[in-house]
Amino acid sequence: MNKGTIIKVSGPLIVAGGMKHANMFDVVKVSEYGLIGEIIEMRDDLASIQVYEETSGLGPGETVETTNMPLSVELAPGIIGGIFDGIQRPLEDMRKISGNTIKRGISVSSIDRNKKWDFKPVKKIGDSVQPGDIIGVVQETVLIEHRIMVPYDVSGKIVHIEEGSYNVTEIVVKIQNERNEIKEICMLTKWPVRRQRPFKRKFAPDAPLVTGQRSIDTFFPLTKGGIAAVPGPFGSGKTVVQHQLAKWSDADIVVYIGCGERGNEMTDVLMEFPQLMDPRSNEPLMKRTVLIANTSDMPVAAREASIYTGITIAEYYRDMGYDVAIMADSTSRWAEALREMSARLEEMPGEEGYPAYLGSRLAQFYERAGKVMTFGSEDRAGSITAIGAVSPPGGDLSEPVTQATMRIVKVFWSLDSSLAYARHFPAINWLTSYSLYSSKLDSWSDNNIAKDYSKLTKDAMRLLQEEANLQEIVRLVGIDALSKSERLVLEAARSLREDFLYQDAMHPNDTYCSVNKRYKLLKAIMDFYYKSKELIKKEIDLDELFKLPVRERISRARLVEEAQINDHFRKIDDELESQLKHLFEVEA
Amino acid sequence: MIKEYRTINEVYGPLMIVKDVENVKYNELGEIELSNGEIRKCKVLEIDGSNAVVQLFESSAGINLADSKVRFLGKSLDLPVSKDMLGRVFDGMGNPMDNGPQIIPDKRVDVNGEPMNPAARNYPSEFIQTGISSIDTLNTLVRGQKLPIFSGSGLPHPELAAQIARQARVLNTDTNFVVVFATMGITFEESDFFIQDFKKTGAIDRTVMFINLANDPPIERISTPRMALTAAEYLAFEQDMHVLVILTDITYYADALREVSAAKKEVPGRRGYPGYLYTDLATMYERAGRRKGNKGSITLIPILSMPEDDKTHPIPDLTGYITEGQIILSRELNKKSIMPPIDVMPSLSRLKDKGIGKDKTREDHSDVMNQLFAAYSRGREVRELAIILGEAALTETDKLYAKFAESFENIYINQGFYENRTIEESLDLGWTLLVKLPRSEMKRVRDANLNKYYDKFKVLDNGQD
Repeated sequence: MNKGTIIKVSGPLIVAGGMKHANMFDVVKVSEYGLIGEIIEMRDDLASIQVYEETSGLGPGETVETTNMPLSVELAPGIIGGIFDGIQRPLEDMRKISGNTIKRGISVSSIDRNKKWDFKPVKKIGDSVQPGDIIGVVQETVLIEHRIMVPYDVSGKIVHIEEGSYNVTEIVVKIQNERNEIKEICMLTKWPVRRQRPFKRKFAPDAPLVTGQRSIDTFFPLTKGGIAAVPGPFGSGKTVVQHQLAKWSDADIVVYIGCGERGNEMTDVLMEFPQLMDPRSNEPLMKRTVLIANTSDMPVAAREASIYTGITIAEYYRDMGYDVAIMADSTSRWAEALREMSARLEEMPGEEGYPAYLGSRLAQFYERAGKVMTFGSEDRAGSITAIGAVSPPGGDLSEPVTQATMRIVKVFWSLDSSLAYARHFPAINWLTSYSLYSSKLDSWSDNNIAKDYSKLTKDAMRLLQEEANLQEIVRLVGIDALSKSERLVLEAARSLREDFLYQDAMHPNDTYCSVNKRYKLLKAIMDFYYKSKELIKKEIDLDELFKLPVRERISRARLVEEAQINDHFRKIDDELESQLKHLFEVEA
Repeated sequence: MIKEYRTINEVYGPLMIVKDVENVKYNELGEIELSNGEIRKCKVLEIDGSNAVVQLFESSAGINLADSKVRFLGKSLDLPVSKDMLGRVFDGMGNPMDNGPQIIPDKRVDVNGEPMNPAARNYPSEFIQTGISSIDTLNTLVRGQKLPIFSGSGLPHPELAAQIARQARVLNTDTNFVVVFATMGITFEESDFFIQDFKKTGAIDRTVMFINLANDPPIERISTPRMALTAAEYLAFEQDMHVLVILTDITYYADALREVSAAKKEVPGRRGYPGYLYTDLATMYERAGRRKGNKGSITLIPILSMPEDDKTHPIPDLTGYITEGQIILSRELNKKSIMPPIDVMPSLSRLKDKGIGKDKTREDHSDVMNQLFAAYSRGREVRELAIILGEAALTETDKLYAKFAESFENIYINQGFYENRTIEESLDLGWTLLVKLPRSEMKRVRDANLNKYYDKFKVLDNGQD
C-alpha cells in the first residue's frame, strides 16, 4: 500500500503517518484534491510534506499517496517559448482549465502530448551509441534545434530508428545493450530537479557573455558559464537589468525565473518578448526563451522548487551543446521560502531566522552553472551562465542572503538607489561593483575587439575613481581649488558617466549596444581626454575646450543607429582632430 | 449536524487550543459561544491529530474553559457580496455597521482569494487622471497598478488619499471609479474625516467601506483588508467596474500580524515581524490588476506610515519590493506648507511609461516629465550649493535653476487638496515653468516638442514680462 493519512496540517506543511514505505523527496498526492507535495523529512513512519498548493480545508484522516518519484521535470521538445509555474505546469493550459485564477489540484502535463514534431535521425541502424550521444534532431523553434540524446543509463547498438512526425511519447529509437535487452526511447525524458545532470568535466569559463549593456560589458563583464549577482534596494532597477540581460545577452537560450516577484512584471515579459527581435537572428526573442513564473501570491513551497525547475531545464539544453543563461529574480524570495518552510519544521534558526543551510543551498544552486564538456562520444561544450537578483532588505548588503551570495559569485553588480534617484540607469555603482573575470577577458578582448581595448577600459575606470576623490574636494572647497588637469579629469569622467555608462533601456537605438559601438564610443571619449591632456600643458582656455562642438556629437553617439555608427565616429575623429588644432592655433 | 466542543484547553493571547476535535480542517471558520450567549468568530491555524490551534478574531475576554462552547462551521472565512454593498459601511469582519439591513448576497466568497494566473494578467496601461500634477505628470498612476503612499505620523496622507478617491477618473470615458475603502487600526477621527469627506462630495454612493478602528481587536485587522479586496474583486471582475482600493494603514496591519505571530511563538524575522511578512503582504497587494477577458480593474493604493520616517523599516521596504512604485510624502515640504507634500524625486511609478504619451495623455508628456525631473534635481543641487558657498558663487544659469526649483515647489506641487487639474493643465503648467530656463537647457526634450511647445509658451511668457 502506498497510502498514508494526514495527522497534522500547519500552513503549507503537513505531517502524514503510515509513510514508512515512502522515500525522502518523493512527490506525494495529498487528499482527494490531489494536491502536489514533496516529502522533506521522515521520522519513524511520519513524513513531513511541503505542499505546493493551498492547504485550506485539509484535515487529519485524509489520504496521502506517494508516487515513488522525486520531484521531476519533463524534458522534450515544446519547452522553449513556454511559460510554466514553479513545478513546470504550463500556465496557459491551467488558464484553460480554471480560468483567470489558479485553483488547486489542477493536473496538467508539462509537455504537450499531442503535438507532432518532425524527428530527423542523425544516426542509423547499426551505429553504437553512448549516453549523451545525439541520435536525432527536431526543429523546436526557428532558432533552436532540439537534440534528442541517449539517456544516461542506456548504451549499445541502434536496432531501430524512425524518421518523420511523432509526438513526444512515441518510440523513435530502439537500442540493444550488451545484455541483448532492447531499450525503447521516446523524445520525452524526466529528470529529478534536485539532482545535477552529469557531464564529463568542467572548464573555467573563458569567453565573454556579451550583454549589450555598456556598463556591464566594459567594466564588469560576465563570461559564458560565469555567475553573477545583482543586489539592489527596491526602485534601483534590478528587474530592468535582468530583463535587459534576458533580452540582449548572446546566449543561445534564456531561462527566466520570476521567483516570488510581481505578477505584472511577468506579464510585461510575456507581452514584450514575442514582439522583440533578437539583434543577431532577427527572430522574436520568445523563440529562445523559457519563462518560469511563480509570482509572490502563488504558493510559497512552489517558489522554493522553481529555481531548481529552471536550472534543470537549463542543464538539459546545456547538454545539447548550447550556451544557456538563467536569470533568477529574486533569490531573496527563494531564501525567504526556505526560511518559511524551515520555521514550520521547527528547525533551529541561523542568522535572521534563515536556516543554517542557507549558504550551502545557495552554493549548490550556483555551482550547477559553469562551462562543461558534455556526455557523449563527440566533444560538445555547453555552458550555463547564472545571474541571480538579490533583494536585500533596506538595501543593507550585510544581510545573510547577500553575504552568502557574495561568497560564491564572481561578478557583483551593485545597484545604487542614489544613482536611481538621479535617474542614472542602469544604476550600477562603478565604485562598488566588481568582476573577477575582467583580467581573464583582457587578452580575449585585446585579440578580438581591439589592441588597446583593455588599456582604454583601465584608464576609464581610473578616471571614474579619481572623479570620486576629486568630488570630495569640490564639495569642501569648490571647483576653483582644482588644477586644470584635475578639472579635465572631472569633465572626462562626467562624459563617461553621461555619454557612456548611462544607457536608456527604452530607447530603440540605445537599449542594445554592439561591441563595435561600445568600443568606438569609449575610444572617442578617451581620445578627447588623452589629446586634451596634452594640450592643456600649454596655455588653453578650459571652458573653450569643454565647449567644442565635437563633444555634442560624442554625447549623441549612443543614440545613433547601428548602420550609421562607423560614419558617425569617423566624423567625430576628424572633427576632434581639426577642432583641437583650431583651438590651439587661436589660443596661440 | 455541527458538533459542539466544550474542550477548550488553553487560551493565550489571541490563540486557543481545543482538544479532542474530529473532522476539523485547516483554515476552517469556527464560533465560540460564551456562557452569556455571546458569539465570537475564530479560525483554525493548525490541526495536529485531535488538537486544534484556533485563532480568535476578537478579544479573548470572558472565555471560560469550563462553559464556553466551540463549533466548527465547515467553511473558511467568507464575505457575502452583492452590488448593494456600494454606499454601505461594514466592520472589519464584513458585518454592516451603518444601521442598514443585512446584504442579500449574490454569493459568498472566500476572503483569501486565489492567486491570479500570471498568464491571465493584462498589463496595466490606461492612464488614471488624479488631478494632482505631481502624480499625473511625474509619477503617473495607471489602471490596475498598486501604488502605495509612504507617509509618516503628522503628514496629511488622509487628505491626499481622499483627494485621489474624489478626483480619480480614466480619460475619455465617463466611467467613474468605485472606491473600496478599508481602515485598519486608525483613529475614529481619521476614519470620520474620510466618511465625512465622502459624504460631502457624494462619493459615498460609490464607496464600500470596511472600518476597523484603533480600539477594535487587532486580530480583526488581519481580515479587514482581505474583506475589502474580496469585495473589490467581485465588483471589478464580476460586475465590470473600475475599482480603486484604498487601504490605510498597512503599518497597523503588520503590527497585528506580528502580534499573532508572537503569540504563536514563531521565529521572528526583522524587527520581530514574522518571516512570511513579504508573502503575506504580497498575497494582498497582488490581488490588484487587470485580467484578460474582464472589463473591470483593481487599482490599489495602500497607505502606510513609516516609523521614524525610515524607508528601510521592514513594512515600507517589503511593500516597495511588491508594489509598482511609491509616492513618498516629505516632512520638509509639509513644513513649508506645500500641499500635497509629495517628494517627487524618490517617488516612482514603475508603470508610467506604458500609460503616457500620444493617444494616452499627450505626445510631450515623457519629455516634460524628464525635463522637470532633471531641472528640479539640478535646482535642488544648486540650492544646496548656495547654502555652502553663498548665492554670489552661482552662475546666471544656476540662479535660474534655483528660481525654477522654488517655483516648481510653490506652484507645481503646491496645488492644495481641492484643486483638480486636468493632464493638459498639468503639462501646460510644466511648460510655463520650463520656459523660464534657456532653450539650450532643454536637453531631455525632443526637437519636435521644443518647436511645438517651448516656443509657444515662451511667447506667452514674454508677453507677461
